[in-house]
Amino acid sequence: MAGEEHTKWVMVIDLDRCTGCNACVTACAMENNVAFAGEEENAYGRGMHWIRLVRYWEGEYPEVQMRTMPMMCQQCSNAPCEPVCPVFATLHSEAEELNIQVYNRCIGTRYCANNCPYIARTFNWFDYEWPEPMNYYLNPDVTVRRRGIMEKCTFCIQRIRRAQEEARLEGRPVRDGEVQPACAQACPTDAIVFGNWQDPHSKVRQLAESQRGFKFLEELGTEPKVIYLSSQRHEF
Amino acid sequence: MHSETPLPAELHGQVEELRKEHLLIDVRPREEMNRMVLEAMEDTSREWKWAMAFLGLVTVVTLFGAWAYLMSTGMGLAGIRRPIFWGLFIVSFVFWIGISHAGTFVSAILRVFKAEFRRPFTRAAELMTTFALMGAGLYPLIHLGRTWRFYWMVPYPNQRWLWPNFRSPLVWDFFAINTYLIGSTLYLYLPLIPDLAMARDKSTGWRKKLYTILSLGWRGTEEEWRHLTKAIQIFAWAIIPVMFSVHTIVSWDFAVAMKLGWHSTIFGPYFITGAILSGIAAVGSVLYLVRTTMKNMTYFIRPEHFDTLGKLLLIISMGWTYFFFNEFILEWYGGEHTVKEIIRFYTQGDIAPVWWLMVICNIFIPWAVLWNRNWRRKPWVMFLMGLIVNVGMYAERYVIVTGALSRNRIPFDWGWYQPSLVEISIAFGTFTLFLFMYGMASRLIPLIPVWEVEEGHHAHSLRKVGKTVVPSVADLE
Repeated sequence: MAGEEHTKWVMVIDLDRCTGCNACVTACAMENNVAFAGEEENAYGRGMHWIRLVRYWEGEYPEVQMRTMPMMCQQCSNAPCEPVCPVFATLHSEAEELNIQVYNRCIGTRYCANNCPYIARTFNWFDYEWPEPMNYYLNPDVTVRRRGIMEKCTFCIQRIRRAQEEARLEGRPVRDGEVQPACAQACPTDAIVFGNWQDPHSKVRQLAESQRGFKFLEELGTEPKVIYLSSQRHEF
Repeated sequence: MHSETPLPAELHGQVEELRKEHLLIDVRPREEMNRMVLEAMEDTSREWKWAMAFLGLVTVVTLFGAWAYLMSTGMGLAGIRRPIFWGLFIVSFVFWIGISHAGTFVSAILRVFKAEFRRPFTRAAELMTTFALMGAGLYPLIHLGRTWRFYWMVPYPNQRWLWPNFRSPLVWDFFAINTYLIGSTLYLYLPLIPDLAMARDKSTGWRKKLYTILSLGWRGTEEEWRHLTKAIQIFAWAIIPVMFSVHTIVSWDFAVAMKLGWHSTIFGPYFITGAILSGIAAVGSVLYLVRTTMKNMTYFIRPEHFDTLGKLLLIISMGWTYFFFNEFILEWYGGEHTVKEIIRFYTQGDIAPVWWLMVICNIFIPWAVLWNRNWRRKPWVMFLMGLIVNVGMYAERYVIVTGALSRNRIPFDWGWYQPSLVEISIAFGTFTLFLFMYGMASRLIPLIPVWEVEEGHHAHSLRKVGKTVVPSVADLE
């Protein structure tokens, strides 16, 4: 169990490498059974994606540059969503130091979503149907959510669990890079890196010590676990 | 009044004037007042029946029908979308909680301060508290994504040892609203007992049976009166802090959040003042309806009452303006980017028409009208003022709930909310539900506390001072 006791999962996102290709969004939707809200609902602002690209335009036409920032649940250590839930549907897991969303417990007050400064949460406005043939692609490791409940990025906790179990069977700690969330796996430029902060040799640890590192809205005291790297930090 | 020396004949003209003006000097025998109140109560005319049938039907369709549709289809029928997760349901919730402050303010605060003009309409206002709270209490259920799991907010013993999260303002809400509902219903019931006994003694048939049960065997002995007045005194004092706590806690739903535009230390008193403002305004409107649609009510509810309500409304409107000004000027001085954008959005952005509607209805119109005694004394003016101020207060909650949520720290995720037909239907249905419950109650219980009016008659007398007469009040309690 050595691997489990000293884990603090952290994500590093290098904005200088991000091309805004949306591969992470697609991969996340496939991995986590994120519902297809449909074109109209998406346009209305009810897309179900757990990760989204916050997009800004820089400069005046025709010298326009697009800058993107992948945004998802920041797994805050001091999370604003947790105290406001009346039924403990969103709470802190002691073992992984992650924010857990308990779908079965959620009654849909949507207070957590209002209180999230990262606007990271999505709500199941309806019971969604997966269009053919996507309904055959559902991931058996992840619960399919019904209408009326809240959901959000879990750092692909099912993958963390699987890696931990395999490591335990082999009697070794989880190796660096063994756990990869779907977004990190899909990123063609390796802009997203995931790993254990407690491991001093981990890639995330080394990347996070970069001069370019910052945490988004850190001044709110939410203690997020996503570290962004940007050479133009002042822009965000 | 009863054992005083007759006033000289040359003052009779003045006395007549005073009687016409003040209910508590215009003494009528208890028997006659009983008859007048019971006649109004038992007047289940054809018009009333049609009105009740219409209101009931509209409520069933627009409130419960739409709610069932919402529950069976999904919260997506409401117009809310990311990042605005709360909409008209929460607006209506805060609005009705506000209306519920009417009764407690009129009957508890005015009672402990011994404001005599309260006497004829304490019950009319208390009924508003109870029914407004019932309407408000529906919304925390309606707005849930999974309404059928609402009882998970209740701390009940269960196999998994799961309790509600006592750190959540929504759980505080649950306790605050229930305490207030139980407290204010008891407080409505206590002064009702002698009047129910009066109705029991004078009615027949099913009414007799009903009032026999409800009046709890009241006989009016000295001991019973002593206990009753004591109990009313205790409740009147105790319900006041409960009233303050309820709207403070409702304001904390917003103020404790990490949301700019909500995260304000002044929200507690600001919301309470707003609640009392909308409550008092609604009392004016309801009293007008009672006075015009029920028999014999022109004797009990007079221009003097609308006049005093108008003065209260003006002062509370000024109080509200003070908090409103503080709220904005201090936030603006802070100079934070997002807050500046929120204030710009309120005053010049898409939501500006609603924001200015609030300013006009809550400040400009009351201040322009209510300074004038002649206007205050016109019941229909106070009826309209009540509606206008409540439109303003609804707009205030709309701006706070949906306006603040439209703007956040990530400009990419700014949003805009428009209520959907289902939301509007449910919000409308609560108004008809309130009117339906009020209309039914007005024919089931004596709407005027006869014994309190009689007590007022005993306390008031006319005294000759020089060449004039002045009304004077003795302290009975």
